[in-house]
Amino acid sequence: MSSMSKTAPSPASAGERHLVSYPRFLWRIAVMSTEGNWLFYAWMIFLSAVALVGLNAWATQVSQGMVVTNMSDHVSWGLYIANFTFMVGLAAGGVMMVIPAYLYHDDDMHDVVIIGELLAIAAIFMCIAFVVVDLGRPDRFWHMIPGIGKFHFPISMLTWDVIVLNGYLLINLHICGYLLYQRYRGRRPNPKFYIPFVFLSIGWAISIHTVTAFLYQGLGGRPFWNTALLAPRFLTSAFVSGPAFIILALEAIRYLSSYKVGDGAIRILVNIMRITILINLLMLASEIFTEFYTGGAHTASARYLYFGLHGHNALVPWIWSSIAITVVAALLLLCPKVTKHPIMLTTACALAFAGIWIEKGMGLIIPGFIPSTLHEIVEYTPNGIEWRISAGIWAAGLMIYTLAIRVAMPIFSGEVSLAKDKDNSA
Amino acid sequence: MTDQKKSSGISRRTAVKGIGATLGAAAFAKAIAPITTWTAEQSVDEFLQKHYQELTPEQMQKILARLQAETKEQYGAEVEISDPKPQEGVKFAYALNLSICVGCRKCAQACHLENNHDRPSGNSYIRVLEMKKGSLDMEQGKVDYKGPVPKSDSFYMPVQCQQCDAPPCVDVCPVEATWKEKDGIVAVDYNWCIGCRYCEAACPYHARRFNWTKPQIPAEEINPQQGYLSNRIRPQGVMEKCTFCLHRTREGRLPACLEACPTGARVFGNILDPDSEIRWVLENKRVFVLKEELGTKPSFYYFFDE
Ligand code: SF4
Ligand code: SF4
Repeated sequence: MSSMSKTAPSPASAGERHLVSYPRFLWRIAVMSTEGNWLFYAWMIFLSAVALVGLNAWATQVSQGMVVTNMSDHVSWGLYIANFTFMVGLAAGGVMMVIPAYLYHDDDMHDVVIIGELLAIAAIFMCIAFVVVDLGRPDRFWHMIPGIGKFHFPISMLTWDVIVLNGYLLINLHICGYLLYQRYRGRRPNPKFYIPFVFLSIGWAISIHTVTAFLYQGLGGRPFWNTALLAPRFLTSAFVSGPAFIILALEAIRYLSSYKVGDGAIRILVNIMRITILINLLMLASEIFTEFYTGGAHTASARYLYFGLHGHNALVPWIWSSIAITVVAALLLLCPKVTKHPIMLTTACALAFAGIWIEKGMGLIIPGFIPSTLHEIVEYTPNGIEWRISAGIWAAGLMIYTLAIRVAMPIFSGEVSLAKDKDNSA
Repeated sequence: MTDQKKSSGISRRTAVKGIGATLGAAAFAKAIAPITTWTAEQSVDEFLQKHYQELTPEQMQKILARLQAETKEQYGAEVEISDPKPQEGVKFAYALNLSICVGCRKCAQACHLENNHDRPSGNSYIRVLEMKKGSLDMEQGKVDYKGPVPKSDSFYMPVQCQQCDAPPCVDVCPVEATWKEKDGIVAVDYNWCIGCRYCEAACPYHARRFNWTKPQIPAEEINPQQGYLSNRIRPQGVMEKCTFCLHRTREGRLPACLEACPTGARVFGNILDPDSEIRWVLENKRVFVLKEELGTKPSFYYFFDE
């Protein structure tokens, strides 16, 4: 049987062979994703448990209404949209790592590319999930589907977001799926079938974040968001959180598996973060300056966020801890030796990640609503249901990401391939 | 020999996986259970219902009958739901005399009753701001003022949906669940809205309200004269807003808030009718609109007696 497959394929038999090898590839993925050591099982069981708790909380929210959250007519978006915004950045940041790999033909970066792209896929899944749980009527989701429902394109920025997010998901699914399948078959991926998509995904990554920024930036009635700096700030913070997460993932892969992750990739990622985290802090300073030096009514939200307003200050601890940990992360990253000290590096990345998460979430979405458009101050802190649902989505996303890496790494390293599978079954 | 070992190993693994999958499925079913009771309450017709603007008159009749039956079943009240259409040559506008508004909030209360708002939340489409004399800066305003009104150093500014001619709430809606009608009213199709609350974020006048849960109203307090696009009892999870009481005003009556106002501060009418009182106000008073700089072009005007 194995000798037969080695005979030169005629065009007809090549198609036939896809018919055999593609299902086999899918089956192999399914098998691999349910197999691992005890740590893998423990991790997956833990994530499933959290995801189920989240699912249960969401089911409660759908049946009883969003009254079970702490959102209100004044603060109509909360933890979900905050997480959504952050996730868009993570998705964009994941793919931005592709630039050094393909533009500079940096070989070390090629491992990172697939890890970044898989991150983008998991992050987009989480984005979509965070939007779905934020809907009052998820059962009417089909109203948004072009053709069947009513798609308010191009006027509503939200429809743009639907398009770019789903497009981005498809592009990355194609790239990852194609590369893995070719590797599995032991073929060299044909650049024609994926390089154009890689470049498309880079441009697209910018678009998802820009469009998401425009969602908020375009609202004239919300001065806190109505600033031209919003989209650029989104991009720089994406360039911090994306690499930070990928470094953490690479470190985990290093310690938990036998795959060699090159130092070069981590060095490049750290160099990217060194610059972007500083630009991010610079833009923050510029924004704070505009808000506070000019003064006036439009700065009420910023005053509320940073110092509290009329005795209300729920967000103050959030934002200052975000600034503090981002600064610490920046200082750690700037240490020349950071790449040689795994603990220092992991700490720096974890801090940077957490700092951006607060800044792009609670620090960006919530103050846009406080004070309200009629200058009422109604505060918001997420409650148990919201935390549970959010944790559930994070768990589901991490599950997807873990499985994706679990499947991709052996295929990428050649440990698992069609030829070996055939030998085993022969 | 090795083959045997391998196959038995696989089957044990498979068995464990099978148990895992079964437990997983059971846990999933348990987790999702609260939703199943809720879905049982939703009708298939409701789910499949088309957008308001695509409904034929026959389909609308069926829907109105269904909604009436549902109200009877769920709230125990006999109601009559109609779907009045905009009249030709009518564009509604509202004006409010800030010199005589005393801040009694009778309008807000009337709105609450007229529009079948949820009782526990005390919802209303109108918010009255107590403002310091000498400034129109809303930041100085207060909505939770107490004590006898009017206070001598204050004036009062009720704010409700401005039925903007360039409404940001309509622009942002991803599914066209909210739109501007021919007579100037910005309406919401409660059966089409997906509850994303983007419009609530976009409205600069805090005019929109979300149904965070299913509204609760005792049967005897339900206003039985209802409009499909206005005061019928809203479903859970959808957006709603002031419609200038279109179930009244499209039939030639006045909005409930105007009828409730004890000082006559409110003026309502057809801006296209040259003999209307609203036209007289717009032509003879110094009128202004809120947040003019945002370009929303409100159909709600404020004025002072000189
Ligand atoms: S006041 Fe608000 S809800 Fe009313 S039309 Fe204007 S933007 Fe829309
Ligand atoms: S909440 Fe409803 S009406 Fe408002 S934007 Fe979303 S779908 Fe449209």
